[in-house]
Amino acid sequence: MIRSGPGYAAAAFVLLFIFGPLIAVFLRAGGGAMPGPADWAAIRFSVTQATLSALFSVILAIPVARALSRRQFPGRSLLITLLGAPFILPVIVAVLGLLAVFGRSGVLNSVLDSMGLPVVQIYGLHGVVLAHVFFNLPLATRILLQAWQQIPAERFRLAASLNMSAGQIARRLELPMLKAALPGAFIVIFAICLSSFTVALTLGGGPKATTVELAIYQAFRFDFDLGRAAVLAVIQTVLVTIVALVALKYTRTEGFGAGLDRVVQRWDAQSPGLRGIDAAVMILTALFLLLPLAMVVIDGIAGFDRLPASVFAALRVSLILSLLSTALALGLSLPMALTALKHSWVEVIGLFGIVSSPLVLGTGLFLIIHPIADPARLAFAVTGLVNALTALPFVLRVLIPSLKASEQDFGRLATSLGLTGWARLRILLLPRARRALGFSAGLTAAFSMGDLGVITLFADPSRATLPLQMYRLMGSYRMEAAAGAGLLLLIFSLGLFWLFDRGGRRNAEL
Amino acid sequence: MKYLAFATGMIAASAAMAETPVLTVYTYDSFVSEWGPGPAVEQAFEAVCDCDLQFVGAGDGAALLGRLKLEGTRTKADIVLGLDTNLTAAAIETGLFAETSVSAEYDLPVEWADTVFTPYDWGYFAFVSDAGLDAPSNFKALADSDLKIVIQDPRSSTPGLGLLLWVKTAYGDDAPAIWEGLTDNIVTVTKGWSEAYGLFLEGEADMVLSYTTSPAYHLIAEEDASKKAVAFAEGHYMQIEVAGKIAGTDQPELADQFLQFMVTDAFQSIIPTTNWMYPAVTPAAGLPEGFETLIQPEKALLIPADQADAARDAALAEWLEALSK
Repeated sequence: MIRSGPGYAAAAFVLLFIFGPLIAVFLRAGGGAMPGPADWAAIRFSVTQATLSALFSVILAIPVARALSRRQFPGRSLLITLLGAPFILPVIVAVLGLLAVFGRSGVLNSVLDSMGLPVVQIYGLHGVVLAHVFFNLPLATRILLQAWQQIPAERFRLAASLNMSAGQIARRLELPMLKAALPGAFIVIFAICLSSFTVALTLGGGPKATTVELAIYQAFRFDFDLGRAAVLAVIQTVLVTIVALVALKYTRTEGFGAGLDRVVQRWDAQSPGLRGIDAAVMILTALFLLLPLAMVVIDGIAGFDRLPASVFAALRVSLILSLLSTALALGLSLPMALTALKHSWVEVIGLFGIVSSPLVLGTGLFLIIHPIADPARLAFAVTGLVNALTALPFVLRVLIPSLKASEQDFGRLATSLGLTGWARLRILLLPRARRALGFSAGLTAAFSMGDLGVITLFADPSRATLPLQMYRLMGSYRMEAAAGAGLLLLIFSLGLFWLFDRGGRRNAEL
Repeated sequence: MKYLAFATGMIAASAAMAETPVLTVYTYDSFVSEWGPGPAVEQAFEAVCDCDLQFVGAGDGAALLGRLKLEGTRTKADIVLGLDTNLTAAAIETGLFAETSVSAEYDLPVEWADTVFTPYDWGYFAFVSDAGLDAPSNFKALADSDLKIVIQDPRSSTPGLGLLLWVKTAYGDDAPAIWEGLTDNIVTVTKGWSEAYGLFLEGEADMVLSYTTSPAYHLIAEEDASKKAVAFAEGHYMQIEVAGKIAGTDQPELADQFLQFMVTDAFQSIIPTTNWMYPAVTPAAGLPEGFETLIQPEKALLIPADQADAARDAALAEWLEALSK
């Protein structure tokens, strides 16, 4: 077996790194008051929008993942990579891309207007949900696609020889798989959306769309009420814990038995009707996700020749930071994932990384570090670690099912062969988790490139990251150059993602 | 011998380095960026001070004050540059700042009486639109029009707070009614200035809350005369940006020298085309060509610093109430 020790150690480190700063903020504030009516309104709105966003993301991901899992076509692999792009874009770039399509003077409204149809209004709760689905549908799709691929090809072969229809296969094979995979995907996306701030405010259309993170911002900037900020951060953490525990309780993993990891042939899904549906689903999804990206690219190309040299220096900083974050995220999540096979609550600890408010986390760390060292000198390490912690939830969500399947299928065999500890990891678990490892490393690397990562208290002006440099360009009216920097960021994030993801899929035939 | 001479040189050099006093200035991030005033100011001051001027960037003005409060008396800052009059009262309350030794003939639209802080630039908030827009000339006309605007959230943005206080000083108790009238004009509220301006340039709104000096950037840096600031009859709310000396500084003379330098031509002439604001003391050479095209508000509105806090909280409550309906 695998020892739980390293997993506990990693989880303890995560807890310490998240709750230590929180405690520091409380100590400094001398306690915290209960939230007021405005805070409760913010909490309600946060939960509502996060629930809707997560629900729509996972539900819409089902037909997309199914279409991708049962169709082989040229460019499929490229499409899967590209579909991941929205998840890794810096928020403001993605929002501008979305508005270029769905905004007041966007592509959609121009088309509707020219056809004499009424225009659509994107600002409001539906706009927030639309944007969050745009960001998270790719993640949900990949999580579900992975779950689909864990149904061994032999099962579909058997189903075909029994002459089962697509409907029967859905009931017998796909539904049990979805029951196991959906709650996990829901929690991760719920957690990501809960702490949303810029997207919710910009597309929400006004202060009605105040989220908890904005309330925290206000507590800091407006009232310098550290206690209230910390209380709100705790509430956000408690909310995610409750949702996660409920979802994990209803997660049933049954396992499909082992297969030979062959390419899945789907004899059941060859009817023209089903082909048509899958094609339509893939085309619509590609349009929804790729049109805004295309707008980012078009805008960016115009600004490319205006890029100052400092943008390339910032690119280097971001690349190094991204690799550091990836190494840290995998180093923490692999032992945690192994321990989570036996104790599922370990995954809940991983979720804290994304819901702990960056503002509160940064302030707490600053309070701890400032008396003993110059925060600017630790900027790199702190940003790398915060990025890694933020990535933990989705890395764990991708790794755990993969490791679990290997243990279920081959665990007893491995034990009977005396494979324990490192040998079990090296011979059984890691090779079979390669695809999940590659994918999650790619996500983390790309995400760390795109994350603004500015806990401003730790900013080191001489080593700006690419997103920060892009933001500075915007702040000095240079919107075109900023769009160029956004495109550069998109290219390198996607490149990193592709390298890792591809590395994981090499020779895996799928 | 060669090595010895080399070593002696090294020791002398590092001794000289150690003797070069360091002046640490906390400021907002856009001041430090290569497009802001920071690099030019550093060069100009280091040419006369025989010192090492180091900027530390920290978000925006409000984040700057937050950081200072966190650091307290342990702060490394000798100077804090980039607060505005909405923040100075709270800043003085921290007890961290020393009285200023600087006096100058300020070219501000209002009387300057603060004895702690020294102003270095100022500007008027204004809505910016395309030059051809048939724009309204006051808030009521804007509320009655079908024009769409994008503004910033006062809780996270300095211009957003400026607009809040603008409507409050212009309309007093009628401010909530003005906001209710504006509800259907507001496309959305953004976190910061950059997002709002980006949305405006993407065509999401007819007007965006910015500064009267914004068209100067387009005109001077991009030779693009297609943007204008819209003059409002109520007058325009002002922002005055200031710097102050930390009382516990280990470089008091150097800090005074910097503040004095700040109101000279060498510093002030950098401001207009890097910070895109009006210099607090107009340089002898005047303002850069292009600034004469900007609108000149007839009335400058500003809440006195000591009343800013109370006015802000009341105005925010009204704003939230009106826009959440």
